[in-house]
Amino acid sequence: MRPFRRHRGRYTATFEAGEVAVLSDLLDQVRHLLAQRRAQAAGTADPLAVMTGMVTGPSDAPDDPALARLLPDFHRDDPVLSAGLRVLREPGIVAGKDAAAVAVLDSLPRGGGTVHLSAELAESWIAALNDIRLSMGVRLGITEDDREPPGVGDDPDGPAAAAYHVYRWLSAVQDSLVGVMLA
Amino acid sequence: MATAPTRQDQPVEDVVAATDAPWVTIVWNDPVNLMSYVTLIFQRVLGHPRPRAEALMLDVHHKGRATVSVGTRDAMEADVAKLQAAGLWATMAQDR
Repeated sequence: MRPFRRHRGRYTATFEAGEVAVLSDLLDQVRHLLAQRRAQAAGTADPLAVMTGMVTGPSDAPDDPALARLLPDFHRDDPVLSAGLRVLREPGIVAGKDAAAVAVLDSLPRGGGTVHLSAELAESWIAALNDIRLSMGVRLGITEDDREPPGVGDDPDGPAAAAYHVYRWLSAVQDSLVGVMLA
Repeated sequence: MATAPTRQDQPVEDVVAATDAPWVTIVWNDPVNLMSYVTLIFQRVLGHPRPRAEALMLDVHHKGRATVSVGTRDAMEADVAKLQAAGLWATMAQDR
């Protein structure tokens, strides 16, 4: 990957074919997680809300820790308020995250190449990259900034080490884009 | 005919004051979100100028949390939804 830079009002960077494949696979995984949550929401939907065409979400936080990190409670110590706001707000948040992932998937050069991102598309990129990193961070057990998670050092060729390597690469991609957006 | 004010007014005012207490949006530290990203989101979502966005980001990083906006319950609900959409760990609370 050649890092992001600003060129004629667009953010451009170049990716290898393998990097594009990894990125699209991870975006699909995030979409899959979100789809699971939507399916769960459909199963618990209030029949009256369905009749009125209102899209409501479940009132309980997700069991899956990665989904729970993507969709936190609205209030730390008021479960009633959190449940009520989750019902109303979660579908919109899920839809926004999915739309960002789709926008990035649509903008990826299959087989590798250069991306040219508009300001709006760049917003989708940083949000979608963040959602991938949040879910990977939970799976990897990252609990401290810039500290290798448990298990990675034990087996440098194992799956945890490979995932951590990808996580670090995603961090660099996101930081590169955010850096030019802040400049 | 005027009546003298009575002490009974006091509890009523307290009730009003409690429900009128402003709400706040709090962002909590987490080990994944990049410092640069959090700064950018504070600028984009909350409209904070860069120095304020950076100061709040550093508060989150060093103190574990920061109050990033203050307002009505509805406004804080909207801020929390937008910050969560961006992947920040945001919650709301009534500032008593």
